Amino acid sequence: MTPASPAEPTNPPLTRRARRRNQLVAVTGLVLVWVLLWGSFTWANLIGGLLVAVVLLTVFPLPPVTFAGRIRPVPLARFWSRFLRDLVVASVQIAWLALRFGHTPRSAIIAVPLRVNTDLNLTLTAEALSLVPGSLILEADRRTGTLYVHVLGVRTLDEVQRFRRDVLDLEARIVAAIGSSEERRRVTGADPAGPPEPTRLEGTPT
Amino acid sequence: MTLDAVLDIVAAGCLIAGALLSLAAGVALIRFPDLLSRMHAAAKPQVLGLLLVLLGCALRLRTGVDITTLVLVGVFQLATAPVAAHMVGRVAYPHDEIRRDLLLTDELAAHIDRIRADRTDRPEVSDAASAPGRG
Amino acid sequence: MTVVAVTVTALLTVASGLTLVRIIRGPSILDRAVATDVLLAIIVAAIATEAAYSRDATALPVLVVLAVLGFVGSVSVARFAVRRDPE
Repeated sequence: MTPASPAEPTNPPLTRRARRRNQLVAVTGLVLVWVLLWGSFTWANLIGGLLVAVVLLTVFPLPPVTFAGRIRPVPLARFWSRFLRDLVVASVQIAWLALRFGHTPRSAIIAVPLRVNTDLNLTLTAEALSLVPGSLILEADRRTGTLYVHVLGVRTLDEVQRFRRDVLDLEARIVAAIGSSEERRRVTGADPAGPPEPTRLEGTPT
Repeated sequence: MTLDAVLDIVAAGCLIAGALLSLAAGVALIRFPDLLSRMHAAAKPQVLGLLLVLLGCALRLRTGVDITTLVLVGVFQLATAPVAAHMVGRVAYPHDEIRRDLLLTDELAAHIDRIRADRTDRPEVSDAASAPGRG
Repeated sequence: MTVVAVTVTALLTVASGLTLVRIIRGPSILDRAVATDVLLAIIVAAIATEAAYSRDATALPVLVVLAVLGFVGSVSVARFAVRRDPE
């Protein structure tokens, strides 16, 4: 978020091999959905799914996504277990807020600059954020890699600051699960001393 | 107690918990003060409630074909509910329906014009930035 | 299981009634879109409960269609609401 940081998201042009790999992942995913849809694994389903996937990807090509890292099972499992727990907590919290009488929940809109500014990380963090307690993604800024989050049920500005740290923790868990080692270093190594102050954001060039 | 009976009881628990969460989502829709708060209700208890009902259904049916279908429905829900909420939230933001008096802080207001202007290839989105009702 | 089915039906009926109130009261089209999304999820839950109660999987493909429909519905309403913003 400093003015010196590159303005564009760090999405280098894809190599031929990376693009091949992306297509392979997309085809595998689509075939999996197709087989699940039919409910049984037969050769007819598999070949039919492959045909549908190839036609779909030729007609509607996917936007290039850089997936620089690799999947690490243990952090991924940690992310999922924490995510499911958060989902339960979030639902209970909303139910509690809804059933409490004579109380109007207050909220806040905060900006959280992510440390790893790639499209994939931005998307995944935004998706996961909408399902964990208190937060809902409002707007994403690709250029600076900033998520604007609506926070429900906060009472003080201290809680807002704590929430900002929670969002960054969530990002760290995602990056630990699927990021490249360089991205992991950026998230774990240079841990900011404190959450970024909102005043710093106002100073960025607009 | 046989395994079947245990599975049935767990399934019944899941179904009731899911229905309770759906009810909570309904109550939240009625009682929350503005659109953004209501979207929280649509995103979280609704998704978990539906997942629980699907789990209960899968535990009752117990055949491979049906479970794959239910898994697919659950995955769709998990993947699409946040995207739908984001789309609605993005449109809703600079409008009157948000109760500004209930906001502790708003760090988006200073940036919204720049963000919308950045999306020059999506003119219909930047239209919303010029709508009145802000500040 | 019958007791469970009756309980779930009652809970879902009240929930869908509440979302219907929100759909009618609005005030904006986006409120209605969000409420419709919830209503659709309640319908999916109801169909799944019926399938669980009768152990009959005939209705399950409908669930897939409804799950996709809810998403497409609210996204298109969101885009539509931008285009013809009245103020």
